Amino acid sequence: MSWSQLFFYVFAVLAVIMSLMVVTRRKAIHSAIFLILAFICFAATYIVMNAELLAAIQVLVYAGGVVGLIIFVIMLVKAEEDEVRQTHGQWIIAAFIALILVVEVAFVFLGNLVQRTGNLAGKMAQAGGNTEAVGLVLYTKYLFPFEVASVLLLAAMIGAIVLAKYKLER
Amino acid sequence: MIVAIIVVAVKLLILFAVLMLFVAYGTLAERKVSGHIQDRLGPYHCGPHGLLQPLADGLKLFFKEDIVAAESDKILYYLAPMIAIVPAILAIGVIPFGESITLFGRKIDLVVTDINVALLYLLAVSSFSVYAIVFGGWSSNSKYPLLGGLRSAAQFISYELILGLSIMGVIMVVGSFSLVDIVHYQKSMWMVVYQPLAFIIYMIAATAELNRLPFDLPEAESELVGGYHTEYSSMKFAMFFLGEYANMTVTSAVAVCLFLGGWYSPVSFLSWIPGPIWFVVKLVAVFFFLLWLRWTYPRFRYDQLMVFSWKYLLPLALVNILATGGVMILFGGI
Repeated sequence: MSWSQLFFYVFAVLAVIMSLMVVTRRKAIHSAIFLILAFICFAATYIVMNAELLAAIQVLVYAGGVVGLIIFVIMLVKAEEDEVRQTHGQWIIAAFIALILVVEVAFVFLGNLVQRTGNLAGKMAQAGGNTEAVGLVLYTKYLFPFEVASVLLLAAMIGAIVLAKYKLER
Repeated sequence: MIVAIIVVAVKLLILFAVLMLFVAYGTLAERKVSGHIQDRLGPYHCGPHGLLQPLADGLKLFFKEDIVAAESDKILYYLAPMIAIVPAILAIGVIPFGESITLFGRKIDLVVTDINVALLYLLAVSSFSVYAIVFGGWSSNSKYPLLGGLRSAAQFISYELILGLSIMGVIMVVGSFSLVDIVHYQKSMWMVVYQPLAFIIYMIAATAELNRLPFDLPEAESELVGGYHTEYSSMKFAMFFLGEYANMTVTSAVAVCLFLGGWYSPVSFLSWIPGPIWFVVKLVAVFFFLLWLRWTYPRFRYDQLMVFSWKYLLPLALVNILATGGVMILFGGI
């Protein structure tokens, strides 16, 4: 086993442990901290796989921005939630969705999808590095999906503003 | 291999020592500059012109009673001051401070590591500094720190975005995320000439990220006692202090690399002065600017802060990106 493989497995196992900690903590803010650590572990696995742009974006957007917003919301709601236990029945739906996800992941791994993208890092290096390669592909080959995602986010943003304004004006 | 590791370790040690020196004398500079701006002398009794004041401060903080708020969340309460110093120390690894030199037949780059996503890495690690304030504010289980933490979270999210967008113009002109490439590009002309708007926006957003006046709402002492560090004492408080000045040093260093020509001399007849010295001179100038700013503007109100960020700075940053792109297309690069 090479060093990069070893590091990959170390960080992958850590990521799984951190993810488990996220869903098992009682206090929401502790979950948020483990979520940050989980995102950092994901970023580390990306770096091992030579996807340094993805790793940087992962930490910047998710560990930095998204969890920051989550913590902002946690702090706004009541602080003493020690005794509150989850009693709703959403776990059945959650388990069902998780099962679908596991099947999907298994399909990806057992099919030949992994082999096809096996030498991605080498191709990236030929294209002049990770960042350049991602930028080129994003704005040429996958321009349409990229724009669709942008419009979707814009729609979500406008929707949020409309909802907030509607409440403010009443 | 072994030699390479030793070289990196030595570079890290030197950088860390310089950073800590800046932190120690940053606190003294803060008090001296504020003193002179207000027509006072500032600290004067420890050593000549108060030069040993940081030592005295450090000793005093070490021997203060370490009070832990009884109803606090213990783990987070201890973790927050530690996080405060981490982003700055992580960031110094990618900041170049001079041209490569040859020592004992080895070519040594005056940067710990030149990664190709250095700028994104800087933004990513600097986004952690908000957690120190937020966790400190939340774990103290007290109302003023909580308010300080909340304000900080909102402020940070708004200004992080603008900081990132202001840097985009520079990245577009240079075409690289690497700080070494960006400094090399500025050999003949500083980036601030091509991107004046980006420089102004960067400095405003950086001041806001550092929680310095006029953006010091998270620790507004006239309304929130001390904000997020109200319940902290002794070395834990000192760690927040350390983190603040370390972040100021790193932010100044990044501003120098991005906009002020890094280690290059501004005029060619002074280029015999070694790069690292130019770098430190420029760094001190930006640092002084941050101190100066504090005694020039009054504090923003909270709503003004948000309006300023989202209604003025964000459109300006976007206009800067569009204008940069337009000029690059029309004239085929700057």
